[in-house]
Amino acid sequence: MSVPAFNRFGVWAIYRFEMARALRTLWQSVVTPVITTSLYFVVFGGAIGSRMHDVGGVPYGAFIVPGLIMLSLFTQSLFNASFGIFFPKFTGTIYEVLSAPVSPFEIVMGYVGAAATKSVILGLIILATAALFVPMTILHPLWMAAFLVLIALAFSLFGFIIGIWGKNFEQIQFIPMLIVTPLTFLGGAFYSTDMLPQPWRTVTLFNPVVYLVSGFRWSFYGKGDVAVGVSLAATVGFLALCLVAIAWIFRTGYRLKT
Amino acid sequence: MEPVIAIRGLSKRYAGGHQALSDVDLDIARGEIFALLGPNGAGKTTLISIVCGIVTPTTGTVSADGFDIGRQYRQARSRIGLVPQELHTDSFETVWATVTFSRGLFGCPPDPAHVEKVLKDLSLWEKRKARIMELSGGMKRRVMIAKALSHEPEILFLDEPTAGVDVELRRDMWALVRRLRDSGVTIILTTHYIEEAEEMADRVGVISKGRLIVVDEKTALMKKLGRKTLTLNLAEPMRALPAALSDWALTLKADGNELEYEFDANAERTGVPSLLRRMSDEGIAFKDLHTRQSSLEDIFVSLVHSGEGA
Ligand SMILES: Nc1ncnc2c1ncn2[C@@H]1O[C@H](COP(=O)(O)OP(=O)(O)OP(=O)(O)O)[C@@H](O)[C@H]1O
Ligand SMILES: [Mg+2]
Repeated sequence: MSVPAFNRFGVWAIYRFEMARALRTLWQSVVTPVITTSLYFVVFGGAIGSRMHDVGGVPYGAFIVPGLIMLSLFTQSLFNASFGIFFPKFTGTIYEVLSAPVSPFEIVMGYVGAAATKSVILGLIILATAALFVPMTILHPLWMAAFLVLIALAFSLFGFIIGIWGKNFEQIQFIPMLIVTPLTFLGGAFYSTDMLPQPWRTVTLFNPVVYLVSGFRWSFYGKGDVAVGVSLAATVGFLALCLVAIAWIFRTGYRLKT
Repeated sequence: MEPVIAIRGLSKRYAGGHQALSDVDLDIARGEIFALLGPNGAGKTTLISIVCGIVTPTTGTVSADGFDIGRQYRQARSRIGLVPQELHTDSFETVWATVTFSRGLFGCPPDPAHVEKVLKDLSLWEKRKARIMELSGGMKRRVMIAKALSHEPEILFLDEPTAGVDVELRRDMWALVRRLRDSGVTIILTTHYIEEAEEMADRVGVISKGRLIVVDEKTALMKKLGRKTLTLNLAEPMRALPAALSDWALTLKADGNELEYEFDANAERTGVPSLLRRMSDEGIAFKDLHTRQSSLEDIFVSLVHSGEGA
């Protein structure tokens, strides 16, 4: 019996399993974010936005679209990936993955790939919903897609780590709720950092989310809080950091094997 | 012949400090049914989990079909199927989907015909579209077996396969295990039902407190450690043992109607012929006699107890 060096059937099995899980809860997976986004537009775009100035020549309603997508992309990637791996740990079905001829890298590909796919699709759904409310332009669609995919991957990896680290559901929800959402709100999702007085403008630059949102917004309107190269470096850096952490987890068997 | 599983110097100390396995050496021959017996907490599941890659050993090596389970885990694991002791299932999945998933996970290309055959062999075909949470406990256990067989393993671990399974189903399962063995699959099972090991196993290993205390052919084990009991149905009931028979360790049973004599079947002098001679000399008649070989269960209990004494 020859065993191939790459278990593509195994990766595909995990990926399909995770996608099927989302399909079973299609209602929550799609309808909830669409409704939430619509509410944001009614409130920020319509009610408040009509009294706001343009931001750097972009109408406020359109200005918040990239930030809104990012907010959902962050939270959904974290949520999908962390539950994807936490759940089998919790129910015990992880035994099968651990006893299968799949490498750590293949396990990550399956789980993180599925989580990232779901959040990218979600990002596109939000984008389409937003287009119903505000006229939009996307100056650099390829960059937009690249940021969308890279950031979804990075946060899905981060979520995978949280899912392995977490011992219960509370811990799994802790990081998205208490760290990522606040950082996103404070990270220029709904305003430009130029609008902040000093010293807050400088403080904000320590918030990594600023760089991600800025790069993504640049791909829409050609303007960001920081140069796009810096945003790209931050995105790739975060991705690399998560990969290193995962490699360490698997090498040590941390919280996966006894 | 090279063993299909070779375990050398295997020890496991869990993070809490508990020594679950101590220096276990074990070879499993290709194509045999090996039964691992031992009381609760003896280390059976730990041993199986290490071979299957779920638990990391503290020291020692294991190879499956010649492949090291650490360095050559892909080759080793793709040959192994595992039915764990606990019923871990994805409640929302259908039977068909979960078995197909397992096959893919183990690196096999899709083969609906094989999945169909496995489900039919396990009488699960009618339930293929049912969600796992809609199944009974015995059905769930069969789903676990189907998952383990989905990738056509050469080595199958069954950790208490018949726990919570009714008598009829247990017989079906034994038949399935025999069919698998006949098709060349090596089977290692744990069980608390001694009659299961007695019925099926070629060889038996007894593990107690993390140590493998005995490994032997089932028949040899029974012969070696087996004690026989001779029962004589007396023609006339006896109120007490006569002094003339005091050289033999006899017990009176059934209101004095039966005389029982336990002896070592392998001893040079069993004492049976002389006993019978003395009885005829004394004019003690009997209507019938029979002997009974002690079961694996008796052997097992005495082994574990002598292990504790040591
Ligand atoms: N994950 C774990 N962490 C710490 N100790 C463990 C762990 N798993 C098992 N043990 C301990 O190791 C010992 C052996 O357990 P194991 O499950 O291997 O026994 P077993 O022979 O399968 O028992 P049973 O017949 O009850 O299934 C027990 O004392 C158990 O408490
Ligand atoms: Mg056990």
